[in-house]
Amino acid sequence: MSGKTNLEPPREAERYELVAPPAYCFEVDRREFFKLLGAGILVMGARKSAPAFQESGGARRSESLPNDIGAWLHIGENGTVTVYTGKVEVGQDIRTSLAQCVAEELCVPVHNIAMVMGDTQLTPFDMGTFGSRTTPTMSPQLRRIAAAARDLLIGLVATQWQLDRQHLIAANGKILDPETKRSVEYSALVKGQQLTQTISAEDSFIAASQWKIQGQSLPKAGGRDFVTGKHRYPSDQKLPGMLHGKILRPPALGATLVSLNAQAAEQIPGVTVVRDGNFVGVVAPTPEIAARAAKSILAEWKTESQPSSKDLFEYLKNNSDGSKDESGSVEKALALSDHRLQQTYSVPYIAHAPLEPRAALAQWSDNRLTVWTGTQRPFGVRSELAEAFRIPEERVRVIMPDTGSAYGGKHTGEAAVEAARLARAAKRPVKLVWTREEEFTWAYFRPAGVIEVAAGLRGDGTISAWEFHNYNSGEAGIKTYYDIANQKIEFHPTRSPLRQGSYRALAATANHFARESFMDELAHLVKMNPLEFRLKNLKNERLRAVFEAAARKFGWERTRVPGHGFGMGGGFEKAGNVATCAEVSVDRTTGKVRVVRVVTAFECGAIVNPGNLRNQIEGATRSLLGGALFEAIEFENGRILNGRFSSYRVPRFSDVPVLETVLLDRKDIPSAGAGECPLIGLAPAIGNAIFDATGARIRSLPMAPNGLPANDKTFARK
Amino acid sequence: MARVTQLKVNGRLHTIDADPDTSLLSVLRDQLDLTGSKYGCGEGQCGACTVLIDGNSRRSCVTQAGAVGQKQITTIEGLARNHRLHPLQEAFLEEAAMQCAYCTSGMIMTAVSFLRANPQPSAADISHSMEGNICRCGSHPRIVAAIQRAARVMNQAAKESPR
Repeated sequence: MSGKTNLEPPREAERYELVAPPAYCFEVDRREFFKLLGAGILVMGARKSAPAFQESGGARRSESLPNDIGAWLHIGENGTVTVYTGKVEVGQDIRTSLAQCVAEELCVPVHNIAMVMGDTQLTPFDMGTFGSRTTPTMSPQLRRIAAAARDLLIGLVATQWQLDRQHLIAANGKILDPETKRSVEYSALVKGQQLTQTISAEDSFIAASQWKIQGQSLPKAGGRDFVTGKHRYPSDQKLPGMLHGKILRPPALGATLVSLNAQAAEQIPGVTVVRDGNFVGVVAPTPEIAARAAKSILAEWKTESQPSSKDLFEYLKNNSDGSKDESGSVEKALALSDHRLQQTYSVPYIAHAPLEPRAALAQWSDNRLTVWTGTQRPFGVRSELAEAFRIPEERVRVIMPDTGSAYGGKHTGEAAVEAARLARAAKRPVKLVWTREEEFTWAYFRPAGVIEVAAGLRGDGTISAWEFHNYNSGEAGIKTYYDIANQKIEFHPTRSPLRQGSYRALAATANHFARESFMDELAHLVKMNPLEFRLKNLKNERLRAVFEAAARKFGWERTRVPGHGFGMGGGFEKAGNVATCAEVSVDRTTGKVRVVRVVTAFECGAIVNPGNLRNQIEGATRSLLGGALFEAIEFENGRILNGRFSSYRVPRFSDVPVLETVLLDRKDIPSAGAGECPLIGLAPAIGNAIFDATGARIRSLPMAPNGLPANDKTFARK
Repeated sequence: MARVTQLKVNGRLHTIDADPDTSLLSVLRDQLDLTGSKYGCGEGQCGACTVLIDGNSRRSCVTQAGAVGQKQITTIEGLARNHRLHPLQEAFLEEAAMQCAYCTSGMIMTAVSFLRANPQPSAADISHSMEGNICRCGSHPRIVAAIQRAARVMNQAAKESPR
């Protein structure tokens, strides 16, 4: 994340973060494990020694738990299988899909598996749950571990029964000799055992074509607790003696505290006021008293003049730097081309607005800190806390209860640090729940950006030159997958007026919006069907397949109803291929745009859980509808002007189009994640459909915050 | 102003102690430990805090505790009877109508009230009635499908055991 005055490129963690493996791996102290987990069988999965980065395992930790392990699995004496992973659940339902992987390989019913997730004391290090990495990295790791556990159990029985292990199979929580029908339950096998095994990252597992449990749609793990209100989200956590915190927020971003008068607050019974540099907070017996106390504080802040949203795009272009990726000669090719076109696109800052705002409950005990909080990076938050309080990481435990969504917006631990600071002063556990306005103001935003594209075409529609400049929004998905001989692609990191960070699909949304809108403009320039134009310039078979599948299902060649338009967009991101076709209707008097129908074709290798995959694709598509049509953060001089749901328009039920999904299952290709890629084709598909309906080309997101602009001449003409 | 000392929640009279202008949501969550009703916006815009007051859905974040009086409050925790889930709760599970599920209790409570007023709604009726509830994960059609399923089940049950 880059701060206000930071000129470094925005850090997209999964691209830049380097965590090198340790130089030595020492023996694991088994006794420590069994003391913690109870007797049974323990199988640990060594992380893959990837040269670039490792997202699970690899953190230095001075506890007894090993540092070279990505996940582990324990089979207890009662037969319960417990899986430990640092990944977290924010609504993507990996608690279910990861359990499915283990159930498949270990040959046990899914409901016998308990998943322990995102607890820095109990689970192996994990860099974080983002970048659609759980399915491609954690699933195979757990499958290997589970397969090794199964083989270990078979080996035990083979020895006991003095049989060749080839004669034995695992099924339904038992090891069985199919010939004699003799069998023994896992629970009986592990009784009194203290067996450990560490497996390499390369052990084999069951092929996708043989899957029985994976590849099925299973209900959400623990679903009943979510429909009865029993599940405790981070903001629902409680401890005996707990107090409530409230932070005094400055009037503008980046303000510094000049003076403070907290006398009135300090006179309220039970209230503690905490000041530490620019940090001012109160602790009180109830949230209401905390709010009242914070309100009574008189503070003077020094604020600095800052850019506003109306000058944003000019500001970004004037404060940038550059990095180039060039092949061939773009200038020469542009000069020689039969048709040339250049356009500028823009995307604003938008907020993640997870329905559960940031929340944390912090407790100090003997100089050890425990924090329950909603974050996609529990180990990252542990580091933040250790750093903030200057204590070793071993004295910090972060626990992540299944959380009310994140969308890339909860990589940081702001509320955790604040709650911990208050709890240290109050000497009692303190809970802090951010208000909606705080979440809209003091978290971070999806980067805004300006994108300039230019291309040259030959008379037959072949793209011969391509130039693409992205200012600030980011590098994800910046490369073109169309086959173009001469290319120049540049990312320009920029000073960012607002605090910015990752967002579901990162910059792939902005880059695909610009690229795929521009492809539509080019197709019209040479009077070609946009589908035909894309296929003419595209060799990648997987991408061609999704474009063709989406167009077929959508009925691309159908006649339009008057006032309706069709558009398409697609691309490649996070090892997934997607194509989206959209139908919009535009009300000619009001300019109101309605997305009527969306067809998405998606291919991410072998499908693990088709129901969950559809849920992810449809959810991704619907959640991006807001970014495409309505959402933009308005700000002025360090103040967020529309930080509430009454002024920041998010998609609602009536906005939701009919969604159809075509899944292409490629059992020969490793499974990739699906939390991000499916949404990248939507905005351009909608923009292209608006053009098809009205002749108005919209090159800025959001496209229709209050309907189409009535003064658009092209639109008025049609 | 007199403090609020009693609330009828989920069929029981509870002793509380709150300023009359404290939000009902706060009292439910912080004093009665009924955390199934969620805070999402504090301005009645997202529906995550929805409860029933005398059977009608109300946004508890903008309802003052002092305004409830003797009325019956029902929260998501009070919806199941004798450990049997309400048909809407069943239907949300059957249709997998949730991802992070933070909006789920508010969706269900809004739908309970709506289905009583309109037992045979069309999908468009449901969409319209749920407009005030925000789902950020994008489970909308599954939520509509779940409400339709629950309506069918409840109508069937009413036919089989007429009052």
